[in-house]
Amino acid sequence: MRRVVVTGLGLVTPLGADVETVWANLIAGKSGAGPITKFDASDQKCKIACEVKPADHEYGFDPNKRVDHKVQRQVDPFIIYGIDAAGQAIEDAGLTDMDDAMRLRAGCSIGSGIGGLPGIESESLILAEKGPGRVSPHFVHGRLINLISGQVSIKYGLMGPNHAVVTACSTGAHSIGDAARMIRDDDADIMLAGGAEGTVCPIGIAGFAQARALNCSFNDRPEQASRPYDKDRDGFVMGEGAGIVVLEEYEHAKARGAKIYAEVVGYGLSGDAYHVTAPHPDGAGAENSMRMALRKAGMGPGDIDYVNAHGTSTMADTIELAAVKRVLGDDLGGASMSSTKSAIGHLLGGAGAVETIFCILAIRDQIVPPTLNLDNPDEGTEGVDLVPHTAKKREVRAALNNSFGFGGTNASVVVKKI
Amino acid sequence: MSDTADRVKKIVVEHLGVEADKVTEDASFIDDLGADSLDIVELVMAFEEEFGVEIPDDAAEKISTVSDAIKYINDNKG
Repeated sequence: MRRVVVTGLGLVTPLGADVETVWANLIAGKSGAGPITKFDASDQKCKIACEVKPADHEYGFDPNKRVDHKVQRQVDPFIIYGIDAAGQAIEDAGLTDMDDAMRLRAGCSIGSGIGGLPGIESESLILAEKGPGRVSPHFVHGRLINLISGQVSIKYGLMGPNHAVVTACSTGAHSIGDAARMIRDDDADIMLAGGAEGTVCPIGIAGFAQARALNCSFNDRPEQASRPYDKDRDGFVMGEGAGIVVLEEYEHAKARGAKIYAEVVGYGLSGDAYHVTAPHPDGAGAENSMRMALRKAGMGPGDIDYVNAHGTSTMADTIELAAVKRVLGDDLGGASMSSTKSAIGHLLGGAGAVETIFCILAIRDQIVPPTLNLDNPDEGTEGVDLVPHTAKKREVRAALNNSFGFGGTNASVVVKKI
Repeated sequence: MSDTADRVKKIVVEHLGVEADKVTEDASFIDDLGADSLDIVELVMAFEEEFGVEIPDDAAEKISTVSDAIKYINDNKG
């Protein structure tokens, strides 16, 4: 069977715009949360977010590094974040000069949960105020979810599979899992895989707040708002950014002497078949997804040292936790589990990819990132090492990422040290 | 005349992300400035907004250089 390894990483997040900066800030226990600056949020119930910082910030994002000026004008933020993160991953993998034969066998599987919401919002206002003749000719292709894959394939000449997953907050994990299968099935040797989101805009914040999903009670203490597993948790904090990996067939990577971070060994998917926003209270969907990923990996519960939880800082945290307890069983005590959403917020369609990258870095550096703000652990957390407040050095042979989305869609990805 | 030319060139620089010195009056949007057909639609919209002129589709199709745009605007603005 063709094996799939990770040979490049790219990140744009509220804690930085390159992999090493994000990881250092995450391990140091920093929070990317703050008051919303992208628009006047004074009339919103939720006034905070984990925004990607501007270029002049200590760890801000400069879109001019890798995204053409004209493209920046035409597309929504999620595509800009995605193009940059994909560029980072390609550079990291040493693939900036692929020949024609390689490019024929290299593809993209980069998705988003929502896509170009800010642009849909602003162009709708132009339509209402000025009429259809003032709507941008770039409106459609500047907002479409598959246009990170489209833009990246055009920029780098990637002529293999061109795919884009849309499964809400499971998108990033499904994107990596699907892309790994494409390599395994011999559709490609190299896949850029991951997800991006950029929905910190009035209708995005209002929509999630109205769905009672966002934290609206910590507006005066933004850094404490995302508090997975804590008794006072009260909804997620919206994040934004992108996470993209280069996946590569193992022999292909070895033959060109590529740096190999980890192997993608397991992928599980399931549906809750229950409710559009709430997870099934018994957590069966999450459990089925994790069990499938472990079975595909040929691994037992004792092989998982770290779980990067979906853990959004909502009531659903303890449902996932109960499912993890059932899956890991007697081996629970040997594993650590944290929610990095406590630091970077919820990147929605980008979350699963960013968090899989954190699993990969945990394996590389043998350290697990913390769950911030876990001051008063909720009932049901007993016996689980949730890595409160500070990062923890420990052995990490393999790690599992969980991502769950509206519509009751679940994905789990297992990565392993090689 | 020069005022129109300066304002047109500024819009072209901003929309196409090209160096100002490349935006000469005989520069072709597509051949010299890297625009595609949708970029021209966007430029025409920006000219309409900036100068308060209507540029119908059949006229827009004939605008292929910077000077074509300047001439059309000078001939048609109120």
